[in-house]
Amino acid sequence: MQKTTKQQIMGLNGDEAVAYAVKQSDVDVVAAYPITPQTIIVEKYSEYVANGEVKTEFVCTESEHSAMAATLAASATGARTFTASASAGLALMHEMLTVASGSRAPIVMAVANRALSSPLNIHGDQSDSMAERDSGWIHIYVENAQEAYDSIIQAFKIAEDTGISLPVMVGLDGFTLSHTLERVDVLEDQTVQTFLGERKIPLVLTHEGKTVPYKLDPENPMTMGPIALQNYYFEFKRQQDEAMRLALNKIQEVNSEYAALSGRSYGNGLIDQYKLDAAEIAVVCVGSTAGTLKVVIDGLRQEGIKAGLLRLRTFRPLPVEELRNALKNTKAIAVMDKSMSFGGHGGAVFHEVRHALYDVQTQPPVVNYIYGLGGRDTNPVVFRTIFDDLLRIVRTGRVEKQITYFGVRD
Amino acid sequence: MATTQEWKFTAKDIAVKPDLFLSGHRACAGCGPATVLRLIMKATRGPTIVTQATGCMEVVSSIYPYTSWAVPWLHTAFETAAANASGIDAALKALERKGKAKQHTDIIAIAGDGGTFDIGLQALSGAVERGHDFLFVLYDNEGYMNTGIQRSGGTPTGASTTTTPAGKVIPGKLERKKPITEIMLAHEMEYVATATPYYWKDMLTKVRKGLEVEGPAFLHVFAPCPRGWRTDPAKTMEYSKLAVESCMFPIWEAVNGKRQLSIPSKVIALAPQKKKPVKTYLEGQGRFRHLFTPQNAHIVNEIQQVTDERWQKLLAKCESA
Repeated sequence: MQKTTKQQIMGLNGDEAVAYAVKQSDVDVVAAYPITPQTIIVEKYSEYVANGEVKTEFVCTESEHSAMAATLAASATGARTFTASASAGLALMHEMLTVASGSRAPIVMAVANRALSSPLNIHGDQSDSMAERDSGWIHIYVENAQEAYDSIIQAFKIAEDTGISLPVMVGLDGFTLSHTLERVDVLEDQTVQTFLGERKIPLVLTHEGKTVPYKLDPENPMTMGPIALQNYYFEFKRQQDEAMRLALNKIQEVNSEYAALSGRSYGNGLIDQYKLDAAEIAVVCVGSTAGTLKVVIDGLRQEGIKAGLLRLRTFRPLPVEELRNALKNTKAIAVMDKSMSFGGHGGAVFHEVRHALYDVQTQPPVVNYIYGLGGRDTNPVVFRTIFDDLLRIVRTGRVEKQITYFGVRD
Repeated sequence: MATTQEWKFTAKDIAVKPDLFLSGHRACAGCGPATVLRLIMKATRGPTIVTQATGCMEVVSSIYPYTSWAVPWLHTAFETAAANASGIDAALKALERKGKAKQHTDIIAIAGDGGTFDIGLQALSGAVERGHDFLFVLYDNEGYMNTGIQRSGGTPTGASTTTTPAGKVIPGKLERKKPITEIMLAHEMEYVATATPYYWKDMLTKVRKGLEVEGPAFLHVFAPCPRGWRTDPAKTMEYSKLAVESCMFPIWEAVNGKRQLSIPSKVIALAPQKKKPVKTYLEGQGRFRHLFTPQNAHIVNEIQQVTDERWQKLLAKCESA
């Protein structure tokens, strides 16, 4: 491995790792509202502000809806911006999430993934951000506190790329990551600031033929957030989708650039593979579950079973080609969903992965496991049964049950 | 407030100052809010950012690829005018701290009665409590006119709207108009005022005073809507005057909680015989037409009674201040 920059070892939970990354990213405005299990992020950041450790303007809004509106308005004014939310808070933000992405505001948000009401539940699953999969935000999900730290820094670089200019949400599993102390290697402040640089504002062409920064600037008055009707709206949306496609490359580029700096990379930035080469059976998951599955896979490999893991790190934009290439030679695939799509055919990740594989000639069978809702614990012993199911599918060539609700009373 | 001087906005000042809310917008003939916006932008004192809630004035002024705004302008959603102002204020402060903001920039948040009395109230209350530096201008046309004349918390008693239609059993809106300025005053704001475009000089002075405040300021502007009120487009200014003369919409200002009637309302306070009956204000408006039938006559009396009560309360508050 090439020589990397100087780093310091810290003991941080996922939320603290996020707050520390935001602190180092020299953010201008943080506007947020507290919600479990995201609270530590805003509390920690309040400490930095109270102790004069950051120059950030911190706005404690009266709701998540206003948090996103204020963050968006600050971003439109030219500021580097961050917010954090979870669960009901993210749901309350929903309206503003689409406004933020449609306004092409490069906001970074941490989502400490948590169940949605009702019944009320404060524990971890991914129902909140999966419900926002079409909100126009880039979705990155992390495996551990280290990756939470690294991904927040990367997220600013991706979001603020003037060719992308899209908001990014970084999902970390509630409690499993948000509240669990881990070793986190952190870069030096200066290293992060050099890596990110100052926020660059995209330049746009005015009707007078002038090139001006896309922001609220009294010297170059611009109308931001207009109404666009049947004759223009569709083009705006098409451009947003195009920016998502460009982000596929940018995320990989930033992952590599960051790896050169820190010595840490997460697959190619889009998907992270574990013992997937020459694997016969594979599991696809999102988030911290990958850590547990790796333990199971290590055991299976010792038994001579060719099992592998694909962690989908970037869910939006969906890395379709990467999914196809990585999974095309497997003989059976299980997709793990930590959220439900009620009345749909399986969970959101299952929809996407199976859809991506439809055009693969081998068309390996793909089954779905919906698990861990409301923070229900899943451990290596129970995960082992998923691989047994996959082995049976390979052996018999038959799928008996396509969708399994894992570890639930029927 | 930076200074207590009275600004002398003259007709010439206004004519000479270039418009910041430009012609070519799609507002209806006789639109009160459009006149209000054009006028209030004449009272700006330097670099200004405007943020606006969804509503008539947002829709008519920003149809892509056209705009009526010669200042930087941001719209995000219906309930977010004050939250947007918070974010702009925070960004300007942060950028100033880093030496990236060259000069002071004023912030004006604009919303209709829907975006203020109702859906935007929480964000407004929050932004005021946090003390952001902005002027919030409420243009009150007393209903959700943009979506087709539905009732709002600002719709007056008796008005027929598409969600409080004058029916055989229910004669229009039964509830009273929410006392929004009292709610804002209860936030202990440095500057709260009411105005109508008929008394334009008074209105412009109040806009300027609101901008001078270092912190939140609130201006409630009465803005007739000929389409929603079923009134003659030529009479928008007449109703802006009658509302004051009938004490349906008294004009005043409160500096640090000390309330004073503005001259047109003060004249009525000093010479109560000049106070016009609410009937003169109501009778020409299509939205109140059903009240002028024998079975609904009592409603006009009730409106008169409530108006009198509110006027007396206001006088008491001005005296005690």
